Amino acid sequence: MAATRSGILSGAGEKIVSERFRREIGKTFTVLLCIVPGMVVFFLFLLIPIFQSARYSLYDWNGFGPLQNYVGLDNYRLLFENKVFQSSVQHSFQIMVMSLGIQLPLAMAMALMVGRGKLFGRRLFRTILFIPFVFSEVITAIIWRYVLHPSSDGLVNVILSNIPGYDTVGWLADKDVVLYSIFAVITWKYFGFHMILYMAGLQAVSKDHEDAARIDGADEKRVLRYITLPLMGSTIRLTVFLSILGSFQQLVIIWVLTQGGPVNSSQVITTFLYKYGIKNFKLGYGSATAMILFAITLIFSIGYQRIIMKQDYGDMA
Amino acid sequence: MSKKIALFLIVVLVASLVPALGAASAQDKVKITWWHIDTSDAQSATWQAIADAYMAQNPNVEIEITILENEAFKARLVTVMQAGDPPDIFRSWGGGVLWQYAEAGLVRNIAPELEGEWKDSFSAKAALELYGQDGEYYGVPYTWGAVGIFYNKVLFEQAGLDPEVPPATWTEFIAAVEALKASGVAPIAVGAADRWPAHFWWVYTAIREGGQDAFLKAYNREGAFTDDPFVKAGADIKQLVDLEPFSEGYLGMNYGDSQVQMLDQAAAMELMGQWAVGAYQGSDAAKAEVLVPQLGWFPFPVIEGGAGNANDVLGGGDGFSVGANAPDEAVDFLKFLTNVENQTALVTSPLNIIPTVGAAEVAITDPIALQIIQARNEAPYFQLYYDQFLPPAVATAVLDGVEGLFAGTLSPEDAAATIEDVAAMELAE
Repeated sequence: MAATRSGILSGAGEKIVSERFRREIGKTFTVLLCIVPGMVVFFLFLLIPIFQSARYSLYDWNGFGPLQNYVGLDNYRLLFENKVFQSSVQHSFQIMVMSLGIQLPLAMAMALMVGRGKLFGRRLFRTILFIPFVFSEVITAIIWRYVLHPSSDGLVNVILSNIPGYDTVGWLADKDVVLYSIFAVITWKYFGFHMILYMAGLQAVSKDHEDAARIDGADEKRVLRYITLPLMGSTIRLTVFLSILGSFQQLVIIWVLTQGGPVNSSQVITTFLYKYGIKNFKLGYGSATAMILFAITLIFSIGYQRIIMKQDYGDMA
Repeated sequence: MSKKIALFLIVVLVASLVPALGAASAQDKVKITWWHIDTSDAQSATWQAIADAYMAQNPNVEIEITILENEAFKARLVTVMQAGDPPDIFRSWGGGVLWQYAEAGLVRNIAPELEGEWKDSFSAKAALELYGQDGEYYGVPYTWGAVGIFYNKVLFEQAGLDPEVPPATWTEFIAAVEALKASGVAPIAVGAADRWPAHFWWVYTAIREGGQDAFLKAYNREGAFTDDPFVKAGADIKQLVDLEPFSEGYLGMNYGDSQVQMLDQAAAMELMGQWAVGAYQGSDAAKAEVLVPQLGWFPFPVIEGGAGNANDVLGGGDGFSVGANAPDEAVDFLKFLTNVENQTALVTSPLNIIPTVGAAEVAITDPIALQIIQARNEAPYFQLYYDQFLPPAVATAVLDGVEGLFAGTLSPEDAAATIEDVAAMELAE
């Protein structure tokens, strides 16, 4: 009896186990099926090139034929000794600092105005302010090349020449001005994107909290400072993250506007990489530059996500 | 039901492949891929007509033309070269870049086909040599010229200068610049943001200061780019830049902008290659109609005390090179492209070439083109643009150094050192 019972039980148990097992297999298979295409792309176009790049950076290689001329860390040594590279890194950081200090606050101000306020025609403004982000970077840069043209026929120069005593400024030709001109173009292009993110963030801020603060006697400044902005914390942290990464990865606008000139005064890490690595057929050297850029952005991303954005991930972290 | 549909679709798919395969094997044509960069409709039609004429004579050949914009062409060519799959015929300027492809075995040696009648037909021998090295040839030039100064005779006259006697020496040239500046125009148009137009100025002063000797020594590493002539060339440029002969914002202007200054009669001189007149016409036909008849041309002035010959020339041109996997028909087509009939026809075509084949030179009637062809053929030392002749990294260093000179951020010594630093590494091998 006991034997029979146990036999029946074990038989049923086996059936249940095998059923569950089969279901598990099926689930794993489905998961694999969904993951594999993504993983293949990820490995093929992201991970493998990174490792390849790391390898190339140890060779003096012009891109043709086999890798032969192993030079160890020479490419990195040359890079760090190169004054143009040093200033490129500096320029990248300058653009980043300006983005955080000027571009984001501007986007926030606009978002508060057109997303919240009672400004007349704010829907229209919202659309207009967002349009630049829709343009391709090349088109943006070509348009601005005309606007900022260094001759006295350039649009900005023509407009400003109405001011008495104004002297034509070489917006893209003066090595002390060019980086700020480029930053202005980048801001024009991207602040609409941050503005939209902020507007979405504002939607999530409950009116009740703000009204409660107002009832307690807080003026608008304090409501903004102590209620609205803190409640938008996760959005702000995200835009800071995107803005910093974007500053380091900006290539197209700068390349089309100035190619890093004049005299390398608007050279950033990416344009340096393109000019001295790829266009010069020095792929090893270029790869070394890419590895440094990669290291900067990787360390920053991991650090930022671990320390600052941790709270935004909630349980997932 | 759905299985039936799937089966039907598969059958349709397979069936659709069959005729395609059949057609491919039935045609059996030799295909030549040809990349050029003459994007204007009139110019690309000229090349298409030559390809059509060849295909009519050789029905077994099919020529597939790809037209690319200059910068896009360079970028894409590098990509296909790195993939080991060059086009059969592609635009090439000869010199260092081509030699780099040759060392990697990516271009075809056409010396066996070239030797003899074909080679002898070229009058631009120095040009032809740039398409090969060590007895091998990888391509041929179809147009070749010289860089010289295009000047506006009317503006010269307004400045009190004799338009028929352009400056022949550096001293006279500097005096002319001062006179032009005093008359209220920009003496010189230069697209310094593109860098290569500025590099013409420095290379020419280096040629006049040091001649072939100085360059070959630096190139072969018996000397250096910090040698006297190159520093002196920098000092000459500094002397010129200090006179502020360029229009405002010149560091941010490109070659297109400098054309506009010439077309607007706002600048009097431009140091440029043989294509300059065509470029003015392409930029603004109406203004060019006024400008072109006013134009004259003179060779770069002689610098007193320099070692260079007065007839030494900086220049270059265009040609086509042959990819490593090209069929014999591609070489034959290149021969067809540079035969006397086609070279003669190209002179008056929208491509406006300066022929490289001697027998076609008679077709040239334009006085400026005649001066250029004479300068090219009589040059005891013909220097290809540094940015084509030198390996790309050294070329970039030259452009960087020259840009620094034009911006006033580098002294002549520092500019020379900028170039030498890279040359010492790149040319040593």
